[in-house]
Amino acid sequence: MVWLMKPESVPEKILVMFFAIALFALVVGLVLAVVDRPKFPKWVPVTGYLGPALVLITFGLLWPGILTIRNSFMDANETAFIGLDNYARIFTDAQFLTVLRNTLLWVALVPTVATAVGLVYAILVDRTRFEKVAKTLIFLPMAISMVGASIIWKFMYEYKPKEADQMGLVNQVLVWLGLEPQQFLLVPVLNTLMLIVVMVWIQAGFAMTVLSAAIKAIPDEIIEAAKVDGVTGMRLFWWITVPSVRPAIVVVLTTIAMGTLKAFDVVYVMTGGQFDSSVIANEFYTQSFNRGQPNIGAALAVILFVFILPIIVYNVRQMRISEGER
Amino acid sequence: MSAAATRKLTRKEQRAVDSQNRLSSPAASVIAIVIAIFWTIPTAGLLITSFRPENDVRRTGWWTVFLNPNFTPDTYLDTLETDGLVNSLINSFIITIPGVIMPILLALLAAYAFAWIDFKGRNFLFAAVFALQVVPIQVTLIPLLSQYVRWGLAGTYWTVWLSHTIFGLPLAIFLLHNFMKEIPQSLIEAARVDGAGHVRVFFQVLLPLLVPAIASFGIFQFLWVWNDLLVALVFAGSEYSPITKFVASLQGSFGGSWHLLSAGAFISMVVPLVVFISLQRFFVRGLLAGGVKG
Repeated sequence: MVWLMKPESVPEKILVMFFAIALFALVVGLVLAVVDRPKFPKWVPVTGYLGPALVLITFGLLWPGILTIRNSFMDANETAFIGLDNYARIFTDAQFLTVLRNTLLWVALVPTVATAVGLVYAILVDRTRFEKVAKTLIFLPMAISMVGASIIWKFMYEYKPKEADQMGLVNQVLVWLGLEPQQFLLVPVLNTLMLIVVMVWIQAGFAMTVLSAAIKAIPDEIIEAAKVDGVTGMRLFWWITVPSVRPAIVVVLTTIAMGTLKAFDVVYVMTGGQFDSSVIANEFYTQSFNRGQPNIGAALAVILFVFILPIIVYNVRQMRISEGER
Repeated sequence: MSAAATRKLTRKEQRAVDSQNRLSSPAASVIAIVIAIFWTIPTAGLLITSFRPENDVRRTGWWTVFLNPNFTPDTYLDTLETDGLVNSLINSFIITIPGVIMPILLALLAAYAFAWIDFKGRNFLFAAVFALQVVPIQVTLIPLLSQYVRWGLAGTYWTVWLSHTIFGLPLAIFLLHNFMKEIPQSLIEAARVDGAGHVRVFFQVLLPLLVPAIASFGIFQFLWVWNDLLVALVFAGSEYSPITKFVASLQGSFGGSWHLLSAGAFISMVVPLVVFISLQRFFVRGLLAGGVKG
């Protein structure tokens, strides 16, 4: 049975994969076959259908979440209860305060800029001949991994001394303009802004897609009525389009904000969190797995969750309100 | 009625004309083109680089190819020979396929119960599952890892599959439930009156109608699992690591070898790009059903 756990060759690996899928399908099939008898009371099929999913969610999300909250109040060996010490350290230590400041910068800038770009672009290309192609261009970064996007942009930011030929386009543009090339990823605050550009680049496609659908759903009559009243151009944009798609804008902003808080790949790949560029999601990984401080990692994860909580509450309330309107 | 129809048409035409005017106003088209270029050039640059000879990549910027074109597939051949690349590419497939199928199977069962069986506590449970979508997976990683170690499973495919299944379940249940709810109740009831049990209703009535919904979630989950780095870093042993982890480590160890990095990055992107472009329609539908309804 060793090969089931530690397959070595490629055929063995593929065999294990099919075995796993078959095992899974078998369990689901058994549930279906056993549970569905007319004479059974209703709770039997309900337990059968919901059971597997709820057990996994409890085991893999709920319970670990509770343990992590507990561990955030323990010392590094997870033996002694130390109250709020971990949190106190995070909120006083200069290094962690930088991490918090960066995270706030990310969560303030990425959703707003990505949504603004997505909205403007969606309006500009709406119902034009190039709409489909134009949208696909902005959309594609969503398909590739954040690792891939990070490498694409790290290459854009590549630095060579002034005398040498530049490899990175951004520095080449600076040289063409007669400026000094910059080490974008090594200089604090500038590096965080440059990483934020990457995240905006990844997220704008999502904003564009959702907002574009919302724009298309604005009733023609409203636009017509505004035109009759002589509202055009920028005023049409601010007074008609933006208010009409406001619920969609809220959902896009909050969704991107949550995605931004959780994303760690960009920082991990591009700077590894060095040069004061870390964010909570990345610092969690560094502290937990590289620095041997899972208690600090746990506290960071809890802080991350606490940051996300008000956003989701707001999001759900907005959805309720807009559903009530309909 | 015909008058109304023509008026509707002219309005639509009017809007089409308007938007053409909008784009033909110089400032607007400049903005649109600048955005499009900004979103395309970075990828194009790395793609061009991946087809240039190693010496050219080291010495000059990729934009010089327009004056002095010189392409070769050698970089890709070199990269494919890099230790571990092919292996990690295979691992990506082995991780992703069950990582997509498993949550779909479980979520179909659960979503069916939530949508079509009326039981006590249904709304509460559903709200709880919905809320769990937002738990950042960082919160769960270390306790899960300790549990896997206790079970002697740490580092295997099994932990990676299980983790991706768990993390995908809340969204899967939520999305599939929303789609299932849109199926007219009369269809289900007619089948039930004919004496069909849950299983037959599910396979004969619901499943054929749910194919687009399953496709939508399937693409989400596919892109999420294929592109994931964090779960792989924490749970996958070095023998069983996917391509994202490989490319990330290539970046660490060969920071300056842009010819290898560029080709490696594109090899990792080919599969999700193909899936994404060919199934874009379902992806958009899922996006719109997940966040904004109507």
